[in-house]
Amino acid sequence: MSTPTPSSAGESPADVPMVRAEAVHKSFGHVDVLKGIDLEVGRREVMCIIGPSGSGKSTFLRCINHLEKINAGRLWVDGHLVGYREKGDKLHELRDREVAAQRRDIGMVFQRFNLFPHMTALENVCEAPVKVKGTRKDAAHTRGKELLDRVGLADRMHNYPNQLSGGQQQRVAIARALAMDPKLMLFDEPTSALDPELVGEVLDVMRGLAADGMTMVVVTHEMGFAREVGDTLVFMDDGVIVESGNPREVLADPQHTRTKAFLSKVL
Amino acid sequence: MAAQTTTRSAPPEQIRAVPVRHPGRWIAAAVIAVLVAMFLNMLVTNPVFQWHFMIDNMFTPPVLRGVRTTLIMTVLAMVIGVLIGIVLAILRLSPNPILSGAAWVYVWFFRAIPRYVLLFFVGNLGALYPSYALGLPWGPQLMHALGLSGDLQFLHLNGNQIFAGFTAGLIGLALSEGAYMAEIVRAGIQAVDPGQSEASAALGMSRGATMRRIVLPQAMRVIIPPTGNEVIAMLKDTSLLIAVPVTTELYFQLHAIGARTFQVIPLAIATILWYVALSSVLMIGQYFVERRFSRGFGTRETRAQRAARRALEVGGTH
Repeated sequence: MSTPTPSSAGESPADVPMVRAEAVHKSFGHVDVLKGIDLEVGRREVMCIIGPSGSGKSTFLRCINHLEKINAGRLWVDGHLVGYREKGDKLHELRDREVAAQRRDIGMVFQRFNLFPHMTALENVCEAPVKVKGTRKDAAHTRGKELLDRVGLADRMHNYPNQLSGGQQQRVAIARALAMDPKLMLFDEPTSALDPELVGEVLDVMRGLAADGMTMVVVTHEMGFAREVGDTLVFMDDGVIVESGNPREVLADPQHTRTKAFLSKVL
Repeated sequence: MAAQTTTRSAPPEQIRAVPVRHPGRWIAAAVIAVLVAMFLNMLVTNPVFQWHFMIDNMFTPPVLRGVRTTLIMTVLAMVIGVLIGIVLAILRLSPNPILSGAAWVYVWFFRAIPRYVLLFFVGNLGALYPSYALGLPWGPQLMHALGLSGDLQFLHLNGNQIFAGFTAGLIGLALSEGAYMAEIVRAGIQAVDPGQSEASAALGMSRGATMRRIVLPQAMRVIIPPTGNEVIAMLKDTSLLIAVPVTTELYFQLHAIGARTFQVIPLAIATILWYVALSSVLMIGQYFVERRFSRGFGTRETRAQRAARRALEVGGTH
């Protein structure tokens, strides 16, 4: 709560975009994964990022909550620089505790769910509110049950992750992220590890979130979801944004040859 | 599908084939039976064994006190060793190169020294300095330079007391064990999917909370089985305390009786029997601890095991 951030500690004005990236570069050793990403995600916007594997879309998502450090450029979430503090013309790295404080407001859902296997579904959901926010246990349990009910798993709350199907695990993971009351949700290919018949139940939950006005950045291969739910579609290839715009228009009438080539293979 | 279910409705006749014969097994069994018989015959006919003498001397009060000392030493050395190991493993995985380097040097050094030699050395540290004190570094020199009285030392210990007997043995065994446990704990921590720490970090949990709440509980499943082996190895290594020496310990006592009475073989056998008995008790304990921890983690295997057990229970009630 009392994070020492340079700008005002209160709510940012509504005209500041939720995510703003300027010339974001990222390399692993000699491999340049992101070669200058510029984009803005507005409040309540759902942005879907598509592209071939290795195009850098997951890496970009992980930069947004500082799981990866960017090498150049600037990245803001809700008006605050991610992972750094700007003093004069110099950037100072944030301490671990300050980075953790920034991440509290950003929910993330992983391709492989990453539920804590030694905890039940309810314990998974309640862990961070109790340990990070200091929420009282009974209050966290009440809220955790609500959230599990919202993702349709009220009856499975005492099950361990390995007693749940992939789709159920991913829904618990979404509830776990929501328990921290994030202002932004990041989805890293949330349905790629699921059996085809289980994809729908996860997309339904995400659709509900979007309808409730959650700001979402979704890396996905689900073109149907992108078309139906997304406000913006971004096509990335080889570390750059090739094309972006209204999902229906981009999917129906891609302007760029690389977008056309990619869509012709996946649609 | 429907056609298949109808054909399956009549179960096929059970196969009753002639089993393959295994003459090799019968020959092996016969050879081993003869060897066992020869061995038992030797135990009974050779008078050097002195079975009555052995049994009379195996349960004397000094020996039983030795058993108690050995067990206490095993438990204390393991507890301290595990704590040292956890600290070292976390240091070893630290991004700080000084800390990880120091942990590496510790493990390298203490794994390189034979326990017997280390115990001998610790047992003679009293000769290095007769007294040891805890306090500010160079405290006496500092106070002297400032012209003040006092030496800024808080705790004074007699080197010949702490580096002798039980304490010296405990220090030596725990320091050595810490090095081995550090590697076991590190392997356990590294066996946890890095996605777990990422998920925890993404929720805003600190490094410390992630380690305590998420990583270490999952690492336990990997850490427990080799730690059980370490406990049994530690029990046996308490016999090395004769290098300190620790006179109240089991092997020292049995060895002393053997040397005093010139009945070396009976007491050597008594020693073997005592260690086999104590190790067996620990192995039984290890079995239950391992079962408990793998159940707590709810792995797929245990789930399958549970299902299998239920199926058996259902079958048993018929």
